[in-house]
Amino acid sequence: MVDLTQYLPILLFLGVAVGLSALFVFLPMGVSRLTGAHNPDAEKLSEYECGFPAFEEPRDRFDVRFYLIAILFIVFDLEAAFLFPWAVSLDLTGWPGWITMMTFLVELLIGLAYVWKKGALDWE
Amino acid sequence: MTEFFQSLGMNYEWAWFVATIAGILLIALPLMLGVAMIIYMDRKVWAAINLRRGPNVVGPFGLLQSFADGLKVFLQETIIPSAANKGLFIIAPILTFTVALLAWAVIPFGPEAVLADINVGLLYIFAVSSLGVYGVVISGWASNSKYPFFSAMRASAQMISYEVSIGFIMVCVVLWAGSFNLNEIVLAQKGHGLGFVNGYFFNILLFPIFVMFFISALAETQRVPFDLTEAESELVAGYQTEYSSMSFALFWLGEYANILLMCALMSILFFGGWLPPVDWEPLYVVPGIVWLLGKIVFFFFMFSWVMATVPRYRYDQLMRLGWKVFLPLSLFFVFAVSGWLMLTRFAA
Repeated sequence: MVDLTQYLPILLFLGVAVGLSALFVFLPMGVSRLTGAHNPDAEKLSEYECGFPAFEEPRDRFDVRFYLIAILFIVFDLEAAFLFPWAVSLDLTGWPGWITMMTFLVELLIGLAYVWKKGALDWE
Repeated sequence: MTEFFQSLGMNYEWAWFVATIAGILLIALPLMLGVAMIIYMDRKVWAAINLRRGPNVVGPFGLLQSFADGLKVFLQETIIPSAANKGLFIIAPILTFTVALLAWAVIPFGPEAVLADINVGLLYIFAVSSLGVYGVVISGWASNSKYPFFSAMRASAQMISYEVSIGFIMVCVVLWAGSFNLNEIVLAQKGHGLGFVNGYFFNILLFPIFVMFFISALAETQRVPFDLTEAESELVAGYQTEYSSMSFALFWLGEYANILLMCALMSILFFGGWLPPVDWEPLYVVPGIVWLLGKIVFFFFMFSWVMATVPRYRYDQLMRLGWKVFLPLSLFFVFAVSGWLMLTRFAA
C-alpha cells in the first residue's frame, strides 16, 4: 500500500508555486496601471511582424513530421514506462524477466528500423 | 523541523504544516535567488570566454545586474496582443514557472534535507519535467503569431525527442542503483569507483550514459547548441516573442530553473549528489548541501562553456542526433547494463 501522505508536501508545493507564479504575472499588471506604464494602443497590441502588417494566418499548415515525431514519442515513451518497473525488480524476475524484456526491446527496435527505413526520421 | 515548531507549543498537525510551508519557501526562494545569480554567472562566463567584461556596473562586479533587470521588467507594461487567446496567454508563463519550481520538491540536499522523500522520486522528476512542454505549446498557440507558433512546434518536437533517450538513460541508472528514490541512488554511489570515488561517472558502462545525458540535457533545456527555438535570426525570440514584462521574465526564470534542475540531476545521478567526491572520512564534515551546490555550479559552468564555444545545430542534425544516434545507443546501454548486472549481481 502506498503511503500517500508523503505526497502531501508536493501538493502544498504546487499551491505555493502556482501562487508565486500567478503573483509574478498579475502583480506587474496592477503596478503598471498605478505607475502609468500601462498605455496600450492598436499598434502595440498587434501581432509581431518585421515592420509590415502580417499577411498570413499565423496558425497555418505546418509540417506533418511534427505529428510523426509526436506519435513516435508516444510509442517510445510508453516503452520507457514499461522499463521503469522492470528496472527495479530485476533481482526478483531474474533471467526470465530479462529475456522477456529484451524480446520486447528487439520488437520495438524492429519498429524503429521500419520507421527509419521509411524515412520518417529524415528532415531535409 | 516539525519538532522545532512543536516545541513552540503547536500541536503536531499544525507544526507539520508550518514546517512544510517553511521547507517549501526554503527551496523556492533560494532557488529564485539562485536563478538570478546563475544568470549573472552565465553572462560573466560567456563574457570572459569572449574576452569581454560582461555586466560590471550595477553593484560590486555587477553582482546586482539580475536584480536590476528584474526590477525593470517588473515595472514594465504587460502587453496582451489583441489577437491572442487571453486566458491561455496568461496561463502559459504561470504553468512554465510552476512546473520548473515543482520538480525541486524531491531533490535531496542532504541525507535528511529533502522536502518529499518519495519512493519514486526520479519518476516524479521525469513526469514533472515532461509537463514543461505544455507551457511552450500553449504560449506558442495562444500568441496567435507566426514566429511563436513555429518556435513552439520546433521546441515541443525537440523536447519530446530528447525526453525519450533521457528516459532510457534514467533506466540505466535505476538498474544500477536498484531504486527510484533519489537518496538511495545517491547512497548507492558511495565508494562506487575503485572503492573510493563517489559517483557513477567512474563506471565504464555508465560514463557514456553520462555524456549522453549531458547532451540531452542541453537539448531538453534548449541551450546552445540546440537553441533553435529562439534562433534570433529566424524566429525573433521564439515562443516568448509576444510576451512582455514579468510574463516574459517568467519564461527565462523557468528555463534557468530547469537548467539548474538538470545540473542537479547530473550531480545526483552520476556524481554522488550530496556525497563528497571521494569516500574519505574528513570530507564528510562538510555538509552535503555544499557538495551538491558545488557540483551544480560546476555543471552550470560546463553549460556556459558550451554556450560560449559551440555554434548552433541545424534542425535536421538535431533530430538525427536525437532519433538516430541517442535513441538506439541508449537502448543498447539498457541492454548492456541490465545484461552485465544479470551476469554479475543477480547471477543466482
